[in-house]
Amino acid sequence: MLLEVENLSVTIGQISPLEGVGFSLDRGEILGLVGESGSGKSLTALAVTGLLPLIDGRVTAGHVRFAGRDLAALPPCALRALRGKRIGLVTQNPMTAMDPVQRIGAQVDVMSRLHLGLSAAAARARTLELLTRLRIPEAAAVCDAYPHQLSGGMKQRIVIAMALAAEPELIVADEPTTALDVTVQAQIIQLLGEEVKRRGLGLLLITHDMGVVAQVCDRVAVLYAGRIAELGPVGGIFARPAHPYTRALIDCIPREGTAPGSLTGIPGAVPSVTTYPLGCRFHPRCPRARPICSATVPPLLNGHACHNPLEGADG
Amino acid sequence: MLAFTFRRLLALIPVFLAVSLIIFLILHLIPGDPVDNLIKIGASAGQRAEIEARYGLDRPLPVQYLVWLGNVLQGDLGTAIVGRRAVSAIVAQALPYSLMLGGCALLFSSILGIALGIVAALKRDRWPDQAIMGGVLIGSTMPGFWLGLMLILVFAVWLGWFPVSGARGWTSLVLPVLTVGLGGTALVARVTRIAMIEAGQRDFVLLLHAKGLPVWRIQLFHVLRHALIPVVTILALRIGWILGGSVTVEVVFARPGLGSTLIKALAQHDYPVVQACLLMLAVAVMLGTLLGDILQAVMDPRVRTALQ
Ligand SMILES: Nc1ncnc2c1ncn2[C@@H]1O[C@H](COP(=O)(O)OP(=O)(O)OP(=O)(O)O)[C@@H](O)[C@H]1O
Ligand SMILES: [Mg+2]
Repeated sequence: MLLEVENLSVTIGQISPLEGVGFSLDRGEILGLVGESGSGKSLTALAVTGLLPLIDGRVTAGHVRFAGRDLAALPPCALRALRGKRIGLVTQNPMTAMDPVQRIGAQVDVMSRLHLGLSAAAARARTLELLTRLRIPEAAAVCDAYPHQLSGGMKQRIVIAMALAAEPELIVADEPTTALDVTVQAQIIQLLGEEVKRRGLGLLLITHDMGVVAQVCDRVAVLYAGRIAELGPVGGIFARPAHPYTRALIDCIPREGTAPGSLTGIPGAVPSVTTYPLGCRFHPRCPRARPICSATVPPLLNGHACHNPLEGADG
Repeated sequence: MLAFTFRRLLALIPVFLAVSLIIFLILHLIPGDPVDNLIKIGASAGQRAEIEARYGLDRPLPVQYLVWLGNVLQGDLGTAIVGRRAVSAIVAQALPYSLMLGGCALLFSSILGIALGIVAALKRDRWPDQAIMGGVLIGSTMPGFWLGLMLILVFAVWLGWFPVSGARGWTSLVLPVLTVGLGGTALVARVTRIAMIEAGQRDFVLLLHAKGLPVWRIQLFHVLRHALIPVVTILALRIGWILGGSVTVEVVFARPGLGSTLIKALAQHDYPVVQACLLMLAVAVMLGTLLGDILQAVMDPRVRTALQ
């Protein structure tokens, strides 16, 4: 296994936004991590890249294992050597992700200079090749530009280029398409998919859009309020979701024929970290809630954490 | 960039005119006949007439201003009443001393202030930060002349390392530079620290860490690089301020310079010299502002784009 996350709990100060999260990801595989805003997707990304200390967060239970090694056991310098070189991160907001006073070229070059030991000229040649492969027109001109001179889609591609530059084995992409319009979204997702297949790398694709998951992912983990609600292969979960929350997410995908805006949204809102309900955290919004749901936490069994799974689901 | 500099220079013209108008009016706002303010008491009627003709004092005020401004722009700042020399010569003699003191003080407060600010920001809320910020607080509340006197007492009188006053050799520069520079150091350290902390919390820093860059490299080449934009702007704005702010320090250390010339001229009611000194200080402030704008554009590509 390339990446194994086991029973991971994270606290930041007084709050614990992640509890017992677990999933695994192999080479050549795309795992979608879906959930509404605030469910803990970005924190999972930070935990996987060992960046939690940056926001004063820490792992209080469980493990993140990358290529068999427990990240918690690595000293900070070993962890840093891993970042960028073997684990690439595409951070959430491309608009603010890059250093605004440095030219694009230099920001991409640094990856191959630092991690592959290339000379300045070789690194630039590599950068140009990479940008061209990511279908960035006039790569040379883009290298000379500053981030504020580029469109959102272009910036997103540059951030992806940075993540790919040092030939990592794992890429964590945190909502790489949220800020972009639909056509660009599809392009970017397709590009990422191609790179995964071409190099056989593992991709943890974070999104809140089940449509994106259906499009490219092999497996999916559904996160709700800091816990895994459902986990499994995309085909099975889309055909027979077990968790009512997964079902609601699938129903949220805009389809042909439905007018935009007429989504069957999920009633209610994600509870905030400080007001997580007892028992199953989804029960206040759940149409199938039973008394037991507000009393005990459902364990993750057979790929779902639900006391009253939907009919027809496996298990 | 050149066009921008040129535009900024043009924009300074109205400011310069307004400032020069006020400086010109000093002569007319102080009590008494302007002629009396321009010549020695007991001058002959002939001398009075000469002065009146020279400054056009018999003509309307706007004309007088234009005559005066015309002279100033040609480098003719009038004749000192007490010194009986061309004011421009007096200023030319004093200015290098002030520039030397101001320049060294600015350099000192930049280097020390930025270094302290970096350490404080990196060790935020730990003892180095608290020690530096405590020192900075004390430093910024101490008036310059008092600090100067204390430094004289300790290093000149007790230890005898540096001369008490004067402007002979570099040793005489040390205490005045410390006195002017320490106040600036406090300001620069505080701004550097805040700017670094603020820049360190920006979104892009996360990606730099994710790229696997060494922490020192992120802090120096990215976070500090950003923090320096406001710091450099403030330093540029301080250029004029330091020249003017050295007034008390020049007096305390009995150093020649623009400040002590100004004070002496005020005491002697030597108004042409007062006007010239004020004009120099005002021009220094304006050039500092211009330099600040230019440096900001040089350091920040977004500013350059906004200018086009
Ligand atoms: N730096 C932080 N300090 C304190 N709490 C945080 C911090 N970052 C995230 N949180 C908390 O952790 C929870 C999960 O945040 P996270 O950013 O992982 O959500 P997300 O699923 O990525 O949401 P989004 O779709 O909006 O990006 C949030 O409720 C938030 O309150
Ligand atoms: Mg997020």
